[in-house]
Amino acid sequence: MTRRLLRHIDHPDSKNMRGYIDSGGYRSLAKALELNPSDIVDEVRLSGLRGRGGAGFQTSVKWSLALMSPRPRYLICNADEGEPGTFKDKLILEENPHLLIEGMVISAYALEAEYGYIYLRGEYPAAYWILQKAIREALENNLLGERILGREFRFDLKLFRGAGAYICGEETALIESLEGKRGQPRLKPPFPSSKGFMAKSTVVNNVETLANIPIIVDMGGKAYSEIGSPNCPGPKLFSVSGHVKRPGVYELPMGTPLREIIYDHAQGVKGGRRLKAVIPGGLSTPVLPAEMIDCPMDFVNLPRHGTMLGSGAVIVFDDTTDLVKVCSRGMKFFEHESCGKCTPCREGVGWMAAILERVAFGNGVRGDIDLLLEISENITGKTLCPLGESAASLVKSFITNFRGEFDGKCIAQTGHIL
Amino acid sequence: MEPSHQEILIEIDRIKREHGPGASLLPALHFAQQRRGWLDGATIRLVANALGIPEAKARGVATFYSMFRFMPVGRHLIQLCSNVACMVMGAEVLLDFLKKRYGLEPGGTTQDRRFSLVIMECIGACGSAPAMLVNNDFHENLTAESLSEILERYR
Repeated sequence: MTRRLLRHIDHPDSKNMRGYIDSGGYRSLAKALELNPSDIVDEVRLSGLRGRGGAGFQTSVKWSLALMSPRPRYLICNADEGEPGTFKDKLILEENPHLLIEGMVISAYALEAEYGYIYLRGEYPAAYWILQKAIREALENNLLGERILGREFRFDLKLFRGAGAYICGEETALIESLEGKRGQPRLKPPFPSSKGFMAKSTVVNNVETLANIPIIVDMGGKAYSEIGSPNCPGPKLFSVSGHVKRPGVYELPMGTPLREIIYDHAQGVKGGRRLKAVIPGGLSTPVLPAEMIDCPMDFVNLPRHGTMLGSGAVIVFDDTTDLVKVCSRGMKFFEHESCGKCTPCREGVGWMAAILERVAFGNGVRGDIDLLLEISENITGKTLCPLGESAASLVKSFITNFRGEFDGKCIAQTGHIL
Repeated sequence: MEPSHQEILIEIDRIKREHGPGASLLPALHFAQQRRGWLDGATIRLVANALGIPEAKARGVATFYSMFRFMPVGRHLIQLCSNVACMVMGAEVLLDFLKKRYGLEPGGTTQDRRFSLVIMECIGACGSAPAMLVNNDFHENLTAESLSEILERYR
């Protein structure tokens, strides 16, 4: 397929303004500023773009809700990429920062937002310096700041570093963090669209979402909507990792079958081994056994197969993988990252991590596996944000699909058949 | 006043102008840690006073985030990812190596204060796992041999 999101990447100077402009960059911005802000919102609506951060919410709906609230308005780019398995935003941030900046300036124009932030993961130091330089270049070339390209339009963009907290990828936690607080999610409503950063109207969009905006402006919403799946169109960046021959970031149409991603693009399982399981959308999405990989990768179809697209992070496990250990390590992650605000998540995820650790070491006792399922039931639906729920669905999906492995770890120690 | 504290105050003035008083705490803590190596009590107090917020608030915020450190660290900070993708690609072998070769445990520092080790959650290098950061440098596709070679560059 034609590369759109990654079309500038092959230019040897894609990191810099010169290279970006040489490969066609900032043309969409010039085109956008000829239109009315509402025309751009209409194009985004026509495009059917859904947020690429994980939830898959319609971008135009998020924007329209914000436009119903009075200004001033903030546009925040969520660059707190932290979903285990995901490294697609890092590629844009480090190799093609001006694509993001162009997307943000166009979006700010459409949203009539004067102020913007890029909330960048603290653990991406290279991206910090690259973005800092890119913002300076854009300012010097009148693509940011006052009177952008000679128009009555200003956009003030700042770069902000996170400090190591997965939960700050949740938009209300991100806003809290930006305000100098602990990154704990807020009770909603009010939604950020009406009361976000500093209690002002705020739109938070993921890096890849914003990177799609120049493409939509360039080709038009209608033509964009014809790429990929009808209900959630567009190009998508898939991060592929684990036991494959060619891991990496692949730009493919939304709806590309998981099998094709693993076997054609990533060239199949390494070392002549067989596929055992796949996490299709980052650690927060339920695992699929090898026989279930014939599913189109998009926000609509994956839920029909009992899982989710999430951030499109495909983690592949071969037949030598100890999945109980994988599940246990995954749970430790959620335990570490639980913000502590909601009791079911703070306590429950900790219990699940402790139980899984003893099971993974072969010290599981009778009833442990059912206990894990019971705890996960008691977290689901009882928390302010999806973190606890993700931990619950991790354990549930691993146990449901690979129960024998879990039970086996308990039998070994106690000598009992469960 | 210590020179580093003076520098921190000057930088906080700049940060306040850039971000406004509310959003200044994290950038201020980042700078203070970069300058001091870790956040000691006196430095947290300094940052809090400069921003006009209670010390307990500054400390409460700082301790929420895993990048802030409240103990001195060695000259070089090894940040090794052990999340799922790095784990299945061999991060445990690297941990064993660090233990055997340098006596390093997660959260620990070598006796000569050359290295400290922290275990990271996903650092976004899953396509070239296992991976680590040493200070601000990414190192990817690690094996025990390449890890050993790389660390020799950090004296």
